[in-house]
Amino acid sequence: MTETAVDLRAPELCGPGHLACQGCGATLAMRYALKALGERTIIALPACCWSVIAGPFPYCNLGVPVYHCAFETAAATASGIRAGLDMQGIEDVTVMAWAGDGGTFDIGLQALSAAAERNENILFVCYDNEAYMNTGIQRSSATPFSAWTTTTPESSPKADRKKDIDRIMAAHSIPYCATASVGYPEDLMRKFLKAKGIVGMRFIHVLAPCPAGWKMASDMTVEIARMAVESNVFPLYEVEDGVRYHITYHPKRPISVEQYLKVQGRFKHLTPEMVAQFTAEVHERWDRLQRDCASS
Amino acid sequence: MVTTKVLMGNHAVSWGVMRARVQMISAYPITPQTQIVEELSEICASGRLDAKFIKVESEHSAMASVIGASAAGVRAFTATSAQGLALMHELLHWAGLGRLPVVLVDVNRAMAPGWSIWSDQTDALSQRDTGLMQWYCETNQEVLDGVILGYKVAERVRLPLMLVLDAFLLSHTYEPVEVPDEESVDAFLPPYRSEYKLDLAKPAAFGPLTSPEHYMELRYRQQLAFEEAVDVIIEEGKRFREAFGRDYGLIECYRCEGAEVAVLCAGSMTATARETVDQMREEGKPVGLIKLRVFRPFPTAILRAALVPLKKVAVLDRNISAGAEGIFAQEVKAAMCNVPSAPEIHPYILGLGGRDITPNTIRTALETTLESKTRNDIPIWLELKE
Repeated sequence: MTETAVDLRAPELCGPGHLACQGCGATLAMRYALKALGERTIIALPACCWSVIAGPFPYCNLGVPVYHCAFETAAATASGIRAGLDMQGIEDVTVMAWAGDGGTFDIGLQALSAAAERNENILFVCYDNEAYMNTGIQRSSATPFSAWTTTTPESSPKADRKKDIDRIMAAHSIPYCATASVGYPEDLMRKFLKAKGIVGMRFIHVLAPCPAGWKMASDMTVEIARMAVESNVFPLYEVEDGVRYHITYHPKRPISVEQYLKVQGRFKHLTPEMVAQFTAEVHERWDRLQRDCASS
Repeated sequence: MVTTKVLMGNHAVSWGVMRARVQMISAYPITPQTQIVEELSEICASGRLDAKFIKVESEHSAMASVIGASAAGVRAFTATSAQGLALMHELLHWAGLGRLPVVLVDVNRAMAPGWSIWSDQTDALSQRDTGLMQWYCETNQEVLDGVILGYKVAERVRLPLMLVLDAFLLSHTYEPVEVPDEESVDAFLPPYRSEYKLDLAKPAAFGPLTSPEHYMELRYRQQLAFEEAVDVIIEEGKRFREAFGRDYGLIECYRCEGAEVAVLCAGSMTATARETVDQMREEGKPVGLIKLRVFRPFPTAILRAALVPLKKVAVLDRNISAGAEGIFAQEVKAAMCNVPSAPEIHPYILGLGGRDITPNTIRTALETTLESKTRNDIPIWLELKE
């Protein structure tokens, strides 16, 4: 894999005038992603916050072609776009499916898994805000254990752990899987640049905090995105061909999981037992990641 | 040059797809559609057709990927049946309102439960309001021609098309089919070019959030396209006749001159009805046949003109809108309700779930209608077991 220089001053393809909420992490994710990918990109965009953020007809804040598609079809639609371009001899374009966690972990998973099995030459990106934010903060299978959402009230918070989508995708043995965070733009852009240079199915999972859904101040997005990484709640790593694990950022002074949880209103009801269970799960996943890195 | 081949309906589809130089195919297997997929896989693998074939995990993804390819600017195709078509339902709206000229072949089959693989048109008619043209085929020749003519019309009016052939009665039945050569099809159907596609030189968003200020106009333009399609089907049908010798209108009137009663139907039972009408004419009975080939756009004006000289029309429905009646009968009644000299409409339900439709079945409908002294508004179920 060739490393390519990250240029934060690359042209803006995610313009102003969008409809995102203040402090939206998903908007940062798109901005950095398009800086890395450049203008020869076509986006398949299923139902998600971004189908609103991009702007209503006749406006669009993105400088690349966008095809709005059905909720569960991002991977299939992108596969079709790729086939259409290939048949016209257009091979230097990145076809990117850009879905939220609902369109990736839940309703979109069947088509995503099938596209991965076929090793489609597409880049599938999940910007993960850990709930159905576009419809008003309902739980998804990306919602963490114990979190409040409008369908997992404080009296009965989410009882199940977050689905481990990265390992599910890596298990398809696709050429490239990565996690990224809007708190680390250079790491994120480096992964998009790397993905751009790979032929075949690529999957990037970007943690994109949502101030409204996480019940946090809108100027805390970047800081909380960083805390997720520094606490090992959301490690930054990549997996090549499903087997070569590599952590791309090691927290130098790790913070406690509790510190990450307590800055967000969606976790304010947590009992010490819930914090302990949450922490145990984070440690378990981190240990397993370390083992996979050591053995690959 | 024309080669006559003995083809089953499903293979007539694949030959049509090959001759139309479809560039992208995506499909999921379902009985009785499977041979279309099998033969197209072989045709693509052998290089006889330069197309990308995406073998997806569901009909939902089949239609989604066909939509993606069409939006990217290539000619795209898929085929399915019954439950598969129902699974595609959401995407049919996306193709319809997205104004993408894809061709979908539905080998129509009854809906479960109980599981049935046999013919019934309720699956296709359940998709009536999704914004796809719907054409029903009587013969395997019409199937092959329908794919080629279908792309021509679809691409001119920017509407998707569902081409319907009956399970087993056409899909698995062998008939002689004239297969035109590549050059003459290329001359009739040039490569697909779309002004509106995913174009890096002109970045645009397709299908974005649309406010109440704009949505109605999208629908209105879609409606205008369907209205335009009526004329385009006639026009391209004539061109098709000039090129290949066969004419296809929206309806066909068979032995309607001097007829008092006509049977109106769609699909493979039309061939049976044709035979029955011939026999009854020989017996001196004043009967005729109206074949409804194109159901969407609905040929209201053409149908009115054809029906007005008749006293009675027996509408044969191999489908049912549960709680109402047969769908063709509903539509024909709706088309005729404001026509002062409209004939009586006599609705019949028959052949559901693949039950055989014989000349006797059609004869019963025609004779019952001929002899009826009253306007019979409630559908009669033919050959229903006690």
